[in-house]
Amino acid sequence: MRIAIVDESAARASIIEEGLSELADCDLVVITERRGMLARMSEIDPDIVLMDLGNPSRDMLEEYFAVSRALARPIAMFVDEADDEAIVASVEAGVSSYVVDGLAAGRIRPILDLAITRFNAFARLQSDLAEARGKLAERELVDKAKRILMQSKGLPEPKAYAELRKTAMDQGKRIVNIAEAVVTAHELMSGT
Amino acid sequence: MNTQLTIGFLPLVDACLPILALEHGFAEDEGISLSLVKDLSWATVLDRLLYGHSDAAHMIAPLAIAATLGRGRPAQPLAAPFVLGLNGNAITLTPTLARRVRGDEKGLGDPVKVGAALREVALERAAAGKPLTFGVVHRYSSHNYMLRYWLASCGIRADKDVDISTVAPPFCAEALELGEVDGICVGEPWNSVAVEKGVGEIVLSTSQIWRRGVEKVLALREPVLEEKRDAVLRLIRALCRAAAHFVDPINWEHNAAILARPEYLDGSPELIRRAIADQILIARGGTMIHYPDFMFQYREAANFPWVSQAEWLYSQMVRWDGLAFDRADADKAARVFRPDIYRAALLGTNEPLPGASSKVEGSIVTPTVVGTQQGNMVLESNAFFDGKVFDPQRIEEYLAQLF
Repeated sequence: MRIAIVDESAARASIIEEGLSELADCDLVVITERRGMLARMSEIDPDIVLMDLGNPSRDMLEEYFAVSRALARPIAMFVDEADDEAIVASVEAGVSSYVVDGLAAGRIRPILDLAITRFNAFARLQSDLAEARGKLAERELVDKAKRILMQSKGLPEPKAYAELRKTAMDQGKRIVNIAEAVVTAHELMSGT
Repeated sequence: MNTQLTIGFLPLVDACLPILALEHGFAEDEGISLSLVKDLSWATVLDRLLYGHSDAAHMIAPLAIAATLGRGRPAQPLAAPFVLGLNGNAITLTPTLARRVRGDEKGLGDPVKVGAALREVALERAAAGKPLTFGVVHRYSSHNYMLRYWLASCGIRADKDVDISTVAPPFCAEALELGEVDGICVGEPWNSVAVEKGVGEIVLSTSQIWRRGVEKVLALREPVLEEKRDAVLRLIRALCRAAAHFVDPINWEHNAAILARPEYLDGSPELIRRAIADQILIARGGTMIHYPDFMFQYREAANFPWVSQAEWLYSQMVRWDGLAFDRADADKAARVFRPDIYRAALLGTNEPLPGASSKVEGSIVTPTVVGTQQGNMVLESNAFFDGKVFDPQRIEEYLAQLF
């Protein structure tokens, strides 16, 4: 069985590819380029196409399938028309799939389930990454506020930090919020 | 307690009414908290609507009918109680082709003359084995149907003499530039983007093909419409206010700036303002022309979902999908448009309500006073460029005359 994975995010495509590679007798082909996609698709002649839901080329691809249905083999959207639950899960995860009609549901379902799991894993990875980036930015902000206090008040580093922490506790705020206020005030005062 | 409603849209100028209803607080005034979800393909907008990510969607009218009839995916009944606008699309050709078919014309061409000149090129190219290719935004779009209607009427057979394929609006200019297509039929600002880049020249506005052609609708799943009927009625009133605001010249600049924001169209305020003002720059460095009613968002109860418009779209679906006319499908398609909901929302307001819910499309050539349920209404020309009329009582006869 040939599976085409279409995703403009090469990172996500490779995560899905890796996830599906454990399936027996499946050829996986990844397409990340919009240009020439239809020609690639006709070359690959896939049994299943997995595509990220928000891909801007979906209308083009659906048109291609609609036309190829008249010419060659019918293609149906999603797993099984009646399998609403799977469809909802895949829309939630952000994956759409196009399946050649006549392929047994029993063969399709595990592929879609894996794709959904991988899409969700990728989304988690991204939010973890965003959170990590946010934490890094917070630490930089606190360091900057500390340096400002050290310079303007001539405090040693531990004292500067203690001052930030105490103010945060007194005001019931997070240290990073106080640090932000210090940095903003400093920028305003120094006119930078 | 405000009702939350989520509306999906594509970044096009005619997504304006939901956006302005939110931005100017018209929805809030009606007790609706609107959130808007932007997508890049109609397939995604439809998925979100069908699987509950959105309550309603900005949608190409034929797609709402196709979804109801189960074309291309499992059938799910959709309802369109409000038309988001008429026309607003254009046909843009590569500069070389545009100059050849336009002749000496300085502004928009004459559909008959341009069509005749295009036919010559189309037949030449087909004979040489390199048929002209046109890009439309979706198989089930008014763009596709308007383009095909015009071509067929000019003796150019779509799918035989010329190819028509799907190109997403943001990629239209690029497709022209790369020579993937010879022409596109798309909404604004995407024609103007092609013109600005010097890769295309506008030859026709779709309003020249059908003076009052239905374009986008507000689509909901039928069960959602029933369940949230009261909120939908309020939303319709808010959208109507947005429409009045949109067409008022005093607001053009400001509204263009709002629509241009990254979260909406993420485009040029100047190009968007032009579309709102019915101004069209035909070619880069050329003259700006004013084509009245290029976009048609409010006057003459433009937002009223005439059942006959849905039936015309169904007739074109039969025509181009190569299907046999089916009475049951025609009835289902007709029921997608919901004038009853529109009336319920606007009864007792200052908005005019027509007496009838269906009309013979293409039958009005001079301004005509029509009977109303409330207010006064004068309808201007709604003609098709070839003078044909569509009587929804006689769809089969109409189709026979077209084939």
